[in-house]
Amino acid sequence: MSNKKAILDYNATPVIDQVGVLDRIDRISSRSLKKDAKMHGLKLALSMIDLTTLEGADTTKKVVQLCNKAMHLHDAMPGLPTVAAVCVYPNFVETAKKALKGTKINVASVATAFPAGQSSREVKLLDTKLAVDGGADEVDMVISRGRFHEGDYNFVFDEIAAIKEACGKARLKVILETGELGTFDKVRRASDIAIYAGADFIKTSTGKISPAATLPVTSVMLEAIKDYFYKTGIQVGMKPAGGISNAKLALQYLLLVKETLGDAWLTNEWFRFGASSLANDVLMQIVKQTTGIYQSKDYFSKD
Amino acid sequence: MTKINLNSTWEFAPSLESTDHINLKKQYDLFIGGKWVKPSSGKYFDTVNPATEEKLASIAEANDKDVDKAVKAARKAYNEVWNKMPASERGKYIYRIARLIQERAREFAVIETLDGGKPIREARDIDVPLAAAHFFYYAGWTDKLDYAFPNRNPMPLGVAGQIVPWNFPLLMVAWKIAPALATGNTVVLKPAETTPLTALKLAEIIQEAGLPDGVVNIITGAGATGAAIVNHNDVDKIAFTGSTGVGKIIQNAIAGTHKKATLELGGKAANIIFEDAALDQAVEGIINGIYFNQGHVCCAGSRLFVQESVYDVVMRKLKDRMASLVVGNPLDKNTDIGAINSKEQLNTINNYLKIGKAEGAEMYQTDCSLPKKGYWCKPTLFTGVSQSNRIVQEEIFGPVLAVQTFRTVAEVIEKANNTPYGLSAGVWTDKGSKLFNMTSQLKAGVIWGNTFNKFDPSSPFGGFKESGFGREGGLHGLKAYLKV
Repeated sequence: MSNKKAILDYNATPVIDQVGVLDRIDRISSRSLKKDAKMHGLKLALSMIDLTTLEGADTTKKVVQLCNKAMHLHDAMPGLPTVAAVCVYPNFVETAKKALKGTKINVASVATAFPAGQSSREVKLLDTKLAVDGGADEVDMVISRGRFHEGDYNFVFDEIAAIKEACGKARLKVILETGELGTFDKVRRASDIAIYAGADFIKTSTGKISPAATLPVTSVMLEAIKDYFYKTGIQVGMKPAGGISNAKLALQYLLLVKETLGDAWLTNEWFRFGASSLANDVLMQIVKQTTGIYQSKDYFSKD
Repeated sequence: MTKINLNSTWEFAPSLESTDHINLKKQYDLFIGGKWVKPSSGKYFDTVNPATEEKLASIAEANDKDVDKAVKAARKAYNEVWNKMPASERGKYIYRIARLIQERAREFAVIETLDGGKPIREARDIDVPLAAAHFFYYAGWTDKLDYAFPNRNPMPLGVAGQIVPWNFPLLMVAWKIAPALATGNTVVLKPAETTPLTALKLAEIIQEAGLPDGVVNIITGAGATGAAIVNHNDVDKIAFTGSTGVGKIIQNAIAGTHKKATLELGGKAANIIFEDAALDQAVEGIINGIYFNQGHVCCAGSRLFVQESVYDVVMRKLKDRMASLVVGNPLDKNTDIGAINSKEQLNTINNYLKIGKAEGAEMYQTDCSLPKKGYWCKPTLFTGVSQSNRIVQEEIFGPVLAVQTFRTVAEVIEKANNTPYGLSAGVWTDKGSKLFNMTSQLKAGVIWGNTFNKFDPSSPFGGFKESGFGREGGLHGLKAYLKV
């Protein structure tokens, strides 16, 4: 399965210039989506959401409520896509799996001592096993940022590879926690390590650290995905998570994907948003595009 | 080879900037002595929208008599009002012009786009805000000239004759007028014949600001009108931005006279990418360098030098980035590359495309569709070229990039300087010492490090060799209008 053809040289990861990245994002942010083009983007965004609850206070009932939201985004409007997945802690995977039975909505579980990742390899593997045994379709792991800052890239690499193996059939998303990495150069290096170690997706953030996802960071990660694809022909997905709460921003992310990677990545198989409140803002915009009228937030269910 | 298809089926819907709010007259006369005056020849010419080939307005054609009238008005204003006015009062008028441009920024941006063909995104985000910034910047210097040039007793020159090109019509007017007024000179200005509208709209703002009559005179016409300004005996200074050919004629004409001059002429800038550069961002810089304003930029990065070890990857990234450039209606907010400014310029560019192919270079263009009417050129690059090719030696002034490779620092410095021009250059490397070594050896007025085409009023701009002399912007820009 993991027959990666390319070998990563940590000292040869490309350098990134911050000013240029921001220039690129300026151009993307000044794009303007109207009418059909906007509607297409909004529906696409909706279908790419990993509806997420990752609270210490999560309960079985809360998770079931969120699953209901995932299945019934806004039944008043027919023809809407569902979200891509529901994202929970490992101990709620079975609950979510049961609640979503018979739908195409995946269950994603965070694992590996999320969000800090400060634990032993054994605990992280067990955490992953708990999620996979519970039936998780996708596993969202965190990298060991401490080891990364220490320069122990082999450790970070091997850990990702080990978790990938423990995932079995589940797809692995690797969270870099870019808000803790400090520079775009480090984001690029962490992206390459994750990709070469076998990540199916690379993901910006846990949502527990600020800043979480940003357009510039996502741009750097998309370029890493692109370079790898040109080298190996293997597609890797992207998931910005945290801080994307309105439709306008979500559309800018999609335009960045369109202009960097093209249509092949513009599906929920290869692009996701990790978000808890984005869905309702997208729904509100879809209703506005359809009826011409903005409805109050109280017309959209909150779970 | 693995390919990524960037021709997305998710296409933009039209997103047009509204033109309802703009106010254009059918006919524009000459702005002399604070009043709108009919041309003594009675002749008018059309200014057209290059994206639709539709006429926008009739523009007065000034002849020698009109130029004389304008110079007399400027001289009178200089002697009787402007030169006597306390400097801080002068500053107030310049601040007022700056604020009025900001207030009417949208109208100026739309007219600039209609008249010149540039994308509304650029007119809105770059041309107009920068024009206002220049007036603000120089307004601040007005009463501080003694601090700018301590113990030099700076004095104005008198009447400045100013001639600006069609690529940044309003911005170039601001570059010319703002420092001239701040230093106490009066002005006779001629915008380019294909793009006179924003200068004439600025005349309305100048009236609204209450600037004393005759301090700024704006007259329109083609080359003959410009020649009349240059040859007028009572003009003390010529400030010209335009082609090297015309610059040489001007320099000939004023030789042996008392007239001072600044000439900002053509360019063929080297944009140099080293193997240790941040390549994705360098590609963004290549795009900004050559496709900004359809390549109608004297400091455009039209000669690309890529170190051989990264040539393949840079070309792949560059072609991918070019695929997302939107060419079309300049009023559309998503347009990256608008219309070529005039039919004449389009012919010039097309002729160079022919020359390039005939010389054996390989031409690459994106497969975007072009509108049926109007003047258009797809973003273009030539590979397989060398310093011996005409498309490398001559200024094309269009969205056409010539790509060469190099092996060593010494080689690229030699090639970059191997041109009659010397206006700008760009260097892309992650190594600071290499950057500073390059900037001290490249013979160009402006050198950008890890960026391109960035402008600021406080930064001087101007060229070496056939790119002209004198500096605009910053403290240097003041000096060009003063006896010090």
